[in-house]
Amino acid sequence: MKLDSMYQEIILDHYRNPHHRGLREPYDAEVHHVNPTCGDEVTLRVRIVDGTVADVSYDSEGCSISQASASVMSDLVIGKSVEKALALEREFLTLMQSRGTVEPDEDVLEDAVAFAGVSKYPARVKCALLSWMAWKDATAQVVSGRAGAGGAGHAGGRPAPVPEQEKQPR
Amino acid sequence: MTAGGAAELDVELVRKDFPILERTVHDGRPLVYLDNAATAQKPRAVIDAMRDYYELHNANVHRGIHALAEEATALYEGARDKVAAFVNAPDRHEIVFTKNSSEALNLVTYAFSNAATQGEQAERFRLGPGDEVVVTEMEHHSNLVPWQMLCQRTGARLRWLGLTDEGRLDLGNLDEVINERTKVVSFVHQSNILGTVNPVAPIAARARQVGALVVLDGSQSVPHLPIDVTALDVDFLAFTGHKMCGPTGIGVLWGRRELLEVMPPFLGGGEMIELVTMEASTYAPPPHRFEAGTPMIAQAVGLGAAVDYLTGLAGGAGMAAVAAHEHRLTEYALARLAEVPGLQIIGPTGAVDRGGAISFLLSGADGRAIHPHDVGQVLDEQGIAVRVGHHCARPVCLRFGVPATTRASFHLYTTTSEIDALVEGLAGVRRFFQS
Repeated sequence: MKLDSMYQEIILDHYRNPHHRGLREPYDAEVHHVNPTCGDEVTLRVRIVDGTVADVSYDSEGCSISQASASVMSDLVIGKSVEKALALEREFLTLMQSRGTVEPDEDVLEDAVAFAGVSKYPARVKCALLSWMAWKDATAQVVSGRAGAGGAGHAGGRPAPVPEQEKQPR
Repeated sequence: MTAGGAAELDVELVRKDFPILERTVHDGRPLVYLDNAATAQKPRAVIDAMRDYYELHNANVHRGIHALAEEATALYEGARDKVAAFVNAPDRHEIVFTKNSSEALNLVTYAFSNAATQGEQAERFRLGPGDEVVVTEMEHHSNLVPWQMLCQRTGARLRWLGLTDEGRLDLGNLDEVINERTKVVSFVHQSNILGTVNPVAPIAARARQVGALVVLDGSQSVPHLPIDVTALDVDFLAFTGHKMCGPTGIGVLWGRRELLEVMPPFLGGGEMIELVTMEASTYAPPPHRFEAGTPMIAQAVGLGAAVDYLTGLAGGAGMAAVAAHEHRLTEYALARLAEVPGLQIIGPTGAVDRGGAISFLLSGADGRAIHPHDVGQVLDEQGIAVRVGHHCARPVCLRFGVPATTRASFHLYTTTSEIDALVEGLAGVRRFFQS
């Protein structure tokens, strides 16, 4: 069944048993991202220590793809340098925008290669990208100093702007 | 003929009029189209009317004296007559063509904020601090956001009627929410997410009592129920063509003539004027005052054809036959969905005062919720098209504490076997996600 290319066993495993889930202290920035079309939401915190992603924690509501992606993303970026993690984000974004034409490198993307099948479903690409975009936004806030120190980065509950690739007509 | 006397819709005959229903999806699976609250499919009559218009009559309207211009104008204005008759409008000048329901509702809200510049005749549309606007918690965003924006522009206060746990309007505090400060009450006739058909009479009566204008969002009712604007006793009715088997890009604002005549315009431009100088302009009478620029001519022709098609169904029983068919479908679907383990309907669980848009949540054998997006994806693989998400009615999702729902919605060509396919499809979804 074609559906199995999207719902890979790795994805369903992460969906059933998500890693790093639950908001944790300490953190340097917290963001809230939404998919206005489907109602998926994620609140995500990052902790950056000496240029390294020390922790990512999140609380999310959404479909199996968005839940699994948050879990896989956290696994991938925690412990990596910000620079390396941002390179991974670009690699994953390229994969998701490929419509199934890119052969992912398992040595680089690890479990995230399982999302290659999702890239063939345009309506679901934004589900897979939600937590990555949230992480990128939070990390950029810390790096640029916009987040302030000691977890004061939550901008009053105001939803972050929807990233370009997540926008689509209602 | 049924005992009631109204001719019944022959659904198999109706389906032959819709070419798209013959197609298959995902390697040969028959299409089961249950996303009718989002948009309806188009009968051949509508497609043909639009092609004929472009092949034979295309010209701009209300200008030019050549043969094509006259034909195009006659077709465009003829569509207005058809739509007026369809909703039993007393006067064809009460039908304003818009892009869709959203634009029709925005037209009214901008008339309110433009009233400040229009002198005494626009008094009924004047709004400011101390005034109140009333909507309900079950509005589609298109009948909520324009009113929020209007209140921001004018300083008026937005209030709303809440919902009961069954998904009905809570009218317990009607007299408090609609009061002498209320200038306008705008509410949905049939909810696109809950399926609820709201009681218009008590709300309109209370609005009349306090001198407020009444706007009805008929986006989901005009395509499914016989509508008579004089019987509804409201001031404005907004609806859209594409949900009633017409094309996209055309909607309608019906308004009482005496109100349209004093209502300030929304968009300025060609067609909507009387006299123009460099300093100022006067405006055309309605409906053209509200139709600036070249209108959606082919779309109006298509909508006219859709109205003819719907009116002629079941030997002229028309919308009464459509409503009866959909009521039977809704009863059948509610009973069948109640058999699905782990399924919870969001909205009324009985078919009384309820249309054929059914939102639900589904959980697996382990009790864990299966997200609507996943439900919709696995249904799609089986050829079943439903809508998932918050259905542009996020406050309803917040009210019921759910992030999203799956929604199956029916139309005149929906069959009971398609509802059976949905029920079987949902069993497949539960199997797919069992751990």
